[in-house]
Amino acid sequence: MEEQFAIEMLNITKIFPGIIANDNITLQLKKGEIHALLGENGAGKSTLMSVLFGLYQPEHGIIKKDGVEVKINDPNDANDLGIGMVHQHFKLVECFTVLDNIILGVEPTSKGGFLKKEDARTKVLELSQKYGLMVDPDAVIEDITVGMQQRTEILKMLYRDNEILIFDEPTAVLTPQEIDELMQIMKNLAAEGKSILFISHKLNEIMAVADRCTVLRKGKYIGTVETKNTTMEELSSMMVGRNVNFHVEKEKATPGEVVLEVDNLTVASKVHKNNAVKNVSFNVRAGEIVCIAGIDGNGQTELVYGITGLEPAKEGHVILNGKDITKAAIRKRSTSGMSHIPEDRHKHGLVLDYSLEYNLILQTYFTHDFTNEAGFLKRKPIREYANRLIEMYDIRSGQGAITSARSMSGGNQQKAIIAREIDKNPDLLVAVQPTRGLDVGAIEYIHKQLINLRNQGKAVLLISLELDEVMDVPDRILVMYEGEIVGELDPKTTTEEELGLYMAGAKRDEVAE
Amino acid sequence: MKKNNILKNGAVQSLLSSLVCVILGVFIGYIVLLFINPAGAWDAITAVVKGFFYWPAGPMRTKYLSETIVYTVPLLMCSLSILFSYKVGLFNIGCAGQYVAGAGIAIYSAIAWHLPWYVCVILAALAGAVLGALSGALKAYRNVNEVISGIMLNWIGLYAVNMLLSKVKSPTAETFHILHKNPSALIPSMGLDALFNYKYFTIAVPMAILIAIAISIILNKTKFGYELRATGNNKNAAKYCGMKEKQNIIITLLISGALAGLGAALFFLTDIKQWEVTQSSVPSMGFNGIAAAFLGCLDPIGSIISSFFIQHITYGGSHVNLDTYCSQISDLISSIIIYLCGFVLFFRYFMNTRIARADERKAEREKEDQAEKELIASESAAAEIAEPVEEEAASESPLPVSENTDGGDEK
Amino acid sequence: MILLIQYTLIFASVLILVALGGCVSEHSGVINLGLEGIMVIGALGGALAMKYMPSTTGAFAMILVTVVMAIAAGVIYSSLLAVACINLKADQTIVGTALNMLGVAAATVIVKALNTAANPNDHSSEIIYVQQKKAFLVNIGSFEFNWFMLIAVIALIVIAVMLYKTRFGLRLMACGEHPQAAASVGINVFKMRWAGVLISGALGGLGGLVYITAGVSQWKFENGVAGFGFLALAVMIFGQWKPKHIAWAAVLFGLFRALGNVYSGFDFLDALNIPSGIYNMMPYLVSLIVLAFTSKHSRAPKAEGIPYEKGQR
Repeated sequence: MEEQFAIEMLNITKIFPGIIANDNITLQLKKGEIHALLGENGAGKSTLMSVLFGLYQPEHGIIKKDGVEVKINDPNDANDLGIGMVHQHFKLVECFTVLDNIILGVEPTSKGGFLKKEDARTKVLELSQKYGLMVDPDAVIEDITVGMQQRTEILKMLYRDNEILIFDEPTAVLTPQEIDELMQIMKNLAAEGKSILFISHKLNEIMAVADRCTVLRKGKYIGTVETKNTTMEELSSMMVGRNVNFHVEKEKATPGEVVLEVDNLTVASKVHKNNAVKNVSFNVRAGEIVCIAGIDGNGQTELVYGITGLEPAKEGHVILNGKDITKAAIRKRSTSGMSHIPEDRHKHGLVLDYSLEYNLILQTYFTHDFTNEAGFLKRKPIREYANRLIEMYDIRSGQGAITSARSMSGGNQQKAIIAREIDKNPDLLVAVQPTRGLDVGAIEYIHKQLINLRNQGKAVLLISLELDEVMDVPDRILVMYEGEIVGELDPKTTTEEELGLYMAGAKRDEVAE
Repeated sequence: MKKNNILKNGAVQSLLSSLVCVILGVFIGYIVLLFINPAGAWDAITAVVKGFFYWPAGPMRTKYLSETIVYTVPLLMCSLSILFSYKVGLFNIGCAGQYVAGAGIAIYSAIAWHLPWYVCVILAALAGAVLGALSGALKAYRNVNEVISGIMLNWIGLYAVNMLLSKVKSPTAETFHILHKNPSALIPSMGLDALFNYKYFTIAVPMAILIAIAISIILNKTKFGYELRATGNNKNAAKYCGMKEKQNIIITLLISGALAGLGAALFFLTDIKQWEVTQSSVPSMGFNGIAAAFLGCLDPIGSIISSFFIQHITYGGSHVNLDTYCSQISDLISSIIIYLCGFVLFFRYFMNTRIARADERKAEREKEDQAEKELIASESAAAEIAEPVEEEAASESPLPVSENTDGGDEK
Repeated sequence: MILLIQYTLIFASVLILVALGGCVSEHSGVINLGLEGIMVIGALGGALAMKYMPSTTGAFAMILVTVVMAIAAGVIYSSLLAVACINLKADQTIVGTALNMLGVAAATVIVKALNTAANPNDHSSEIIYVQQKKAFLVNIGSFEFNWFMLIAVIALIVIAVMLYKTRFGLRLMACGEHPQAAASVGINVFKMRWAGVLISGALGGLGGLVYITAGVSQWKFENGVAGFGFLALAVMIFGQWKPKHIAWAAVLFGLFRALGNVYSGFDFLDALNIPSGIYNMMPYLVSLIVLAFTSKHSRAPKAEGIPYEKGQR
C-alpha cells in the first residue's frame, strides 16, 4: 500500500442484541485530508465512531494507526493515539471557564496535584492565534455563543496535539456565516497536516469541503468516492438507496381567517436576565404554514412556550380564533383548538413509562370519550381509539397499543405524538422541530402530514432550524434573531444566502411586522 | 419467546424480585447472628422467620397471628402513604411525622375532647394531611426537596406531639388508656375480637384492607390516577398536556399524609399502645412503611402482604434469645431489605426494557421483510421506507428515576 | 454566654464536616441522603475505639485512633451507597434512606451484642466514654476548647482548596456537572464518583463522632443522630454547595441547636418559660424556613442524582 493512512478501520462489525449496527465497514483516512462520513440517522456512523473511541468493542475488524494495528479499549487510548472529536452535543462543563474545559483531563499540575493554569493559558492563546480561533479563555461557557463553544472544543483537541480530528455534525447549530468560517478553519487545519473526519448528512457541505467521502446505509458500507468525481445526486442516492425528491410538492396556499394572532409578546428568559422574546407580533391564517426560522437559542423555544402556555407571557397578547388566551391555562388552550408538537419528545411529548395507548390519549384522556362520570377511565374506547391511530398513522411497535413508549424507536415515538396532535383536529398546530433526529423517510412523512393539515384549511406554525425544511415546507418565513422577528421572507423568492443573513442578524427589515 | 413471556409478566417479576430481597435480607441477618454468637444463630433466625408460628397450633397461635395483623394495620397505611406519593415521583419520608401527627391528634381528641372514634379518626387523618400538604406546598412553590422538608417536619411533629400529649399523660410518661377516659373513642370490634381471640382486633383491620383496595383502584383505573402517574413519570409532559402539576403534588402529599395519619388513628384508637411523651426519636413505623412499600413492589395489594411480612419478622424478633441477641435484628433485616429493593427495582426495569426492545426490533424486522417482499412482488419503485431502529434509542438512559428525581433540567 | 458559644461552635463543627461531606458527594454527582446513617456508623467506630482504649492513653494517640476509626467506619459504610448508586444505578433516595435505617439498626445490634457479651444482664445500646472523651478537650478559662473545632476548620480549608485549586477537584466537579464531558476527556467517572462518596463517608463518619462527643459522654445508639445528617444537607443547600458559605450556614444552624442545650442558662430565656420542646424544634424549624427561601434558585450540580452510564451520549 503506497498511500499513507492516518487511521484505518478495516472490516468493522459491531452487533447489538437484535441489530447489526456496523456490518463489515471499512474507513480509511489519509494524512492531511478532509474525509466525509455520510449517512442517515441510524446508518451506523455514531456506532463506528464509538468503536474508534473504544466505547464499544467490535465483533470483527481491526483499527490501524499509521499502518500499525492498535487496540483501543477506552477514550484514553484514542486520546493517546492523537484522535480527538468535536461532538454534536458539545462536551463542555457549562459552569467552568473555557480554559478549565480545555485543560480538563490533561491538566498541567505542580507536585501534589495543584493546578498550574498559567502555562495552559499561554499555550491556548498561542493555538488560538495560530488557527484563528478567537475565544476568551476566562469566559464561562454558559455565557458564550455556540460558535465560540465549538471553537473551545476545537482548541481542546489542538491543546492535546491531536493529529486526527473528528467533527460530528458540526454545522447543525451554526449560522451559514459561521458554517463558512468553520469550513475555512477545517481547511486551515488540514493544510497544517491534521487529518479530518467530517461526519455529516449535508451534501452541499461535504461537496464544499471534503476531499473524499465514505457512505454508510443501514449499518452497511456502500462505498468511498472522491468528491471531485461525484455529484450531490450520486451521493444522495448512495445514502438513501434511491433518488430523493428534494422538494416538497404542494399546491398554492389559500390563506383564510387569522387563527393565531401574537401581539407584542414578551417572554422572560429562564437562563439570563434579559427577555428571551421581545415584543414579537405576527399572525398565522387558516390554510397556511408559517415558519419561524432562526439559529437555535434565539428565543424560538420561549416564543412557543409563551404561545402554548408553558411559560407565562410578560407582556403582550396571544389571540386564538379571536379569543384572548394570554392568561389561559394550558388545558384551556388545548381544548380551544391548539395542538402542540413539542421540541423535545422525551421531555414534554411522551410519558415514556406509559403504554402507547396511554400516550395517545394524553391530550384527551379527560374527555367523555375516555373518562366516565365517576372519573374512571374507559378501557375499551381507549384501546379502540389507540388501535385506530396506530393503523392510520402507521405507528410501529413491539406489542401494539400496550407497548411501553420507552421501548419504541424515535421515529415511531414522533409519529405517535403527531398522530395524537393532528387527530385532535386542531385549528392551529404548533410544530416545533417536528423532524429533529429523524431519517429522510420519516421527515418526508411528517412534511406530508403538515401540508395535508394546511390543505384542510388549518393553520400551522412551524419552528425549524433546518434550512431545507425552512425553504421547502412553509408558505411564509419569519426569521427570529435575539428574541425579535427581524424579517419576513417568501420561500419562493428568497435564497438560502439571504435567509442566512437574516438568521445571523446581519440584515433586518426596517419595519418588522 | 415463550420463555420471555413468563418473565415479561409484571406480577411474576415483582414476586421474584421481592423474594430475592427477602431471602437475601434474612440470609444477611443470619450471617450477622453468626458473628454475634454462632451457637444460637440458627434458632434465632428461625424464631424471626417463624413469627407467630413460634406458638403451637391453637388459641395462642391465633392470638399472636391476630396481634401481628393488628400491628400490620398502621404499617400498611404507612406503606400506602409512601407508595401513593412515590407514584407521583415524590418520596414522602415525612410519612413518619404525619403518622406522629395523626397519633397525637387521635389520642388528644379522644382523651381531652371526648369525641367519638370516627371523629378522632377523621381528625387524625386531617392532621397528617396538613403536614403532608405543607411538604407538598414547599415542594411545589418553593422547590424544597420533599425528603429534607419531610425529615424536618418529622422532628417538629415529634416535639409538638410530645408537648401536646404531655397534657393527657398519666403519672408515668405514657398517655392515659383511652378505655379509662373515653371508651367511645375506641374503634369498635363488632365481634372480630372474639373471632380472632384478641381484644384489640377491631374493624380497623378490614378498613385498612378496603383502603388498600381503594388506593389500587384510584391509581390504576381512574383519571386522577392517570394524571398522578403521568406527573410522577414525567412532570414536564404532565405540564405540557395541561395537568396542574403543582396542584397534583400538593394533593398527592395531602392524601399521602392523610393515609399516614389514618394509620396512626387505626392503631392507637384500639388502645393497644400508649404514647410515651418522653420519646426522643421518631417512631419507626413511617420508615418501615418504606420497606413495606418497596417490598410490596409499590403495589397496594402487594403492600398488604409485605406489611404483614415485616410485622411478622418483627414479632419473630421478640422471640430470639435475648441473652445473646437483641430484637432489633428484625429492624436490621428490614433495612437490608430496603437497601436491596433500591436496585431490584432497577433490575426489573432493565429486564423489561431489554425484552420490550428485542420484541420491537423483531417486529420491525418482520415488517421490513414484509415490505421488501411486497416491493419485489409489485416491482413498484415508490415503496415506503422501512424505518431503521434509531441508534439513539439504544443509548437512552434506561432509568426512570433520572426523570423523577429533582427535575433538574437535563441537557 | 461562653457556654452558648462553645456549644454553637461544636455543633457548627459537626454540621461543617457533614455538610462538606454532602457537598463533595454532590459535586461528584451523587446525592448522599445516607449521611445520617453514615454519621451513626462513624460515631460507632469512634465510640468503640474510645471504649476499648485504656483511659490512660495519651491525648494525641487517643484522638488519632478515634478519628481514624470514625473515618474508616464512615468510608466503609459509604461504600454501600457507592456500589448501589454508582455501579448498580439504584435510586439514590431509596438507598440513602435504607442506609439511614440500616445504620441505626446495625449500630444498635452491634452495641447490644457487645454489651450483652460483656455482661449478660446488660441489654442497653449505650457506650460510655467519660474518661476517654477528656482527651479532646482543652480548657481555656471557662471555655472548653474541643480539638474537633480545629479539625473542622482544617477540613473546611482542605476541601475548599481541593475543590477549586487541584486537578482532582476540577475533575470531580466535572463529573457532577457533565459526566459525559468528563468521560470524553478520559476521566473515569465511576472512580471520581466513588472518590466523592468515600470522602463524604469519611467526613460524615467524623461528623458523627463529633456529634456524640458534643456535650455528652455517653451515647445510646438506638437514637441515631436525630436528623443531623439532614440538617447538614440543609446547611449545604443553604450554603449553595460552596465550602465558604457552608461554614457560615453551619454556624447559624449550630447556634439554634446550641440554644436547645443551654437556654436554661440564660435568665431572660428561662424567664420566658418556653417549653423545652420549642427549643428542640428550633433547628428543624429554622432550616425549613431557610430552605423555603433559598431553594428556589439553587445552583446544584447539574448531573446530581442521575446515574452515569458508560457509552451514553
